[in-house]
Amino acid sequence: MYSRAYKAAISIPPLLWVCFFLLLPYALMFAHSFWLVRDGSLVHQWNLQNYRALFTNPLYFQVFLRTAGIAASVTLCSLLLGYPLAYYLSFHAGPRKELLYQLVVVPLWVSYLVRGYAWKTILGSDGVLNGFLQYLHITHEPVSFFLYSPFAVVLMLTHIYTPFVFLPIYAALEHIPRPLLEASQDLGANRRATFLRVILPLSVPGLLAGATFAFVLSLGDFLAPLLVGGPSATMIANIVQSLFGAAYDWPLGAAISVCILLITASLLFTTERLEKRWSFR
Amino acid sequence: MTSANSHQRSPLLTAYAVLVFAFIYLPIAVLILYSFNRDGVGGFPPRHFTLDWYRQLFSDAAIWDSVVNSLLVAAASVALSLTLGLLAALALDRANFPGKTLFRRLVLLPLILPGIITGLSLLMFAVFAGMHLSLLTVFLGHGTALISVATTELFAGLQKLDRAQEEASLDLGATPWQTFWRVTLPNLKLSLVAAGLLIFTLSMDEIAVSFFLIGRDNTLPLEIWGRLRRGITPEINAISTLIFAASVALIVIWYRLRARTIGTEAQELLERL
Repeated sequence: MYSRAYKAAISIPPLLWVCFFLLLPYALMFAHSFWLVRDGSLVHQWNLQNYRALFTNPLYFQVFLRTAGIAASVTLCSLLLGYPLAYYLSFHAGPRKELLYQLVVVPLWVSYLVRGYAWKTILGSDGVLNGFLQYLHITHEPVSFFLYSPFAVVLMLTHIYTPFVFLPIYAALEHIPRPLLEASQDLGANRRATFLRVILPLSVPGLLAGATFAFVLSLGDFLAPLLVGGPSATMIANIVQSLFGAAYDWPLGAAISVCILLITASLLFTTERLEKRWSFR
Repeated sequence: MTSANSHQRSPLLTAYAVLVFAFIYLPIAVLILYSFNRDGVGGFPPRHFTLDWYRQLFSDAAIWDSVVNSLLVAAASVALSLTLGLLAALALDRANFPGKTLFRRLVLLPLILPGIITGLSLLMFAVFAGMHLSLLTVFLGHGTALISVATTELFAGLQKLDRAQEEASLDLGATPWQTFWRVTLPNLKLSLVAAGLLIFTLSMDEIAVSFFLIGRDNTLPLEIWGRLRRGITPEINAISTLIFAASVALIVIWYRLRARTIGTEAQELLERL
C-alpha cells in the first residue's frame, strides 16, 4: 500500500543519522581499542597491546570481579525487593492496585543524581543516619563506614533499580490468566505449590528482563562509586573514566569499554534466548 | 474455599510491601525535609525550619543559567529524537530494507548500554570530527541516544493504529503526504506526547552521557555534580526538591492528558453506538 518514494522518505533519514551518529562513534571506539598512546599522543598503529594489558595485569581483573560482585548484589537485592512488591500488587492489593503502581513508577522519573545525593546525606559521618543513631543513644560517635564503601554503592543502586526490576515482573504477573490459579487450587495445590509451580515459572521472562537490566546498568555505572563509594568501591567504569581523563590513555579505556560492551551484548543475547524458552505463549 | 484473586489476607506480605515502599520513599522524604533545615544536610532531628536555602537558591545565578541550558538541550533533543524516532518507527513498521534487524538493534542500543559507553563513543566522534565540546555536543548526544525511546514508544503506537484509515485516505485521492499529516500523525498524538514528555525528563536528568560531552556551559545535573565535590549545603536539597516537584508535575500532566484522551475516546465510542 505504501509507495517506494514513501518508504524511502521514512527510512533514509533515520538510517543515515543512526549510521553517522551512532554506528560510526561505536566503530571509532572499536578502532581506538586497537591503537595506542606513545609519548602522550595517539598513534594510529593497529595492535593488540591494550587487550594484552587487560588480560595480564591482575589489577583490571580484580576491579572487574569487584564490579561483577557489586552488580550481582544489586541485581539480587532489587529482585528480593521488587518481586514480592510486584506479587503483592498483582495478587493482594485489591482496589488500591492502580494507585500503588503509580507510587512505584514515580521514583523512576526522579533524577538519578537526586536519589544518589539523598543517600550521601543519609549515610555520611555527620549524616542523617548517624544523627539518628546518636539521638537514640545507640551509638555515641559517628559511624564512618556507612558512606564510602561498596555497601553504599549497592544500597544506592538497589534503590535506583528496584522500580526498574519491579516493572517487567509486574507486567508478567498481570499477564498470568487467573483461571490457572483457580485450577491449581481446585486440583489440590496449596498456596506455596501454586506459587512455585504456576506463578513463578510463568513470571520468569519478566524476572529475567528485570534482572538483566539491573545487572547490565550497574555493571557500567561510574557515578555511584564517585558519589557514595569511595576508593574501596572503584568499579570498572571508573577506570575507563580516569583513562579518558587524567590518566590519558584512550586506547586502553576504549579496550575496557569494548569488553563491557561485549559482556552486555552476550548477556542480552542469552536473556533473549532464555526468555523465549520460558515464555508460554 | 477462597477464590484465587485479590482479597487473600497475608499480613506478612503486606508488611513487606510497606517496607519496600518505605525504602523507595525514605531518601526522597529526607531530602525534602532537610531542604528546610537551617543547620545543614545532616544531623537528627532537623531543628530549625527555614526557607533561607530556597532564598539562596533563587539568587544563585549559576544554577539558573544551568537550568536554562538544560531546558534548551532538552527541548532541542525532544524535537530531534521525536522527528527521527517517528521516521524510524514508521520505517520499522512499513518498509523492508537490507539490515533492518541490525538497524533496530542499533537504534535501541543506547537504551540498554551503560551511558559511559555511548558518552565516550560520541566523545571520540566529536574529537574525530573536530568539534568543540559544548551544549551542541551534549544535544547531539541526548538527541541521538533518545531516538531509542521515541522509536519504542511510537512503534508501539503504530502497532495499535488502524491501517484501514490510511488506506481509505489514499484510496479517496489524498497524497501520501496529506495522509501522513491528516491521518497518521493525529492518530499518533498520544504516543507523541508520551514520548516527548519521557524524552524531556530523561534529557533533563541525564548525566552519564553529558559528563563526557560537556564544554564550558553546564547542564543542571552537571552543575549539581560540580557542587557536590566542593561540599554540600541544603541548597542542593532545595534544588533537588524542586526537580522532584517538577517531575511529579510532569507525570500528573501526562495522566491528565491521557485520562482526557481516553475520556473523549469513550465518548466517541458511545456516540457511535
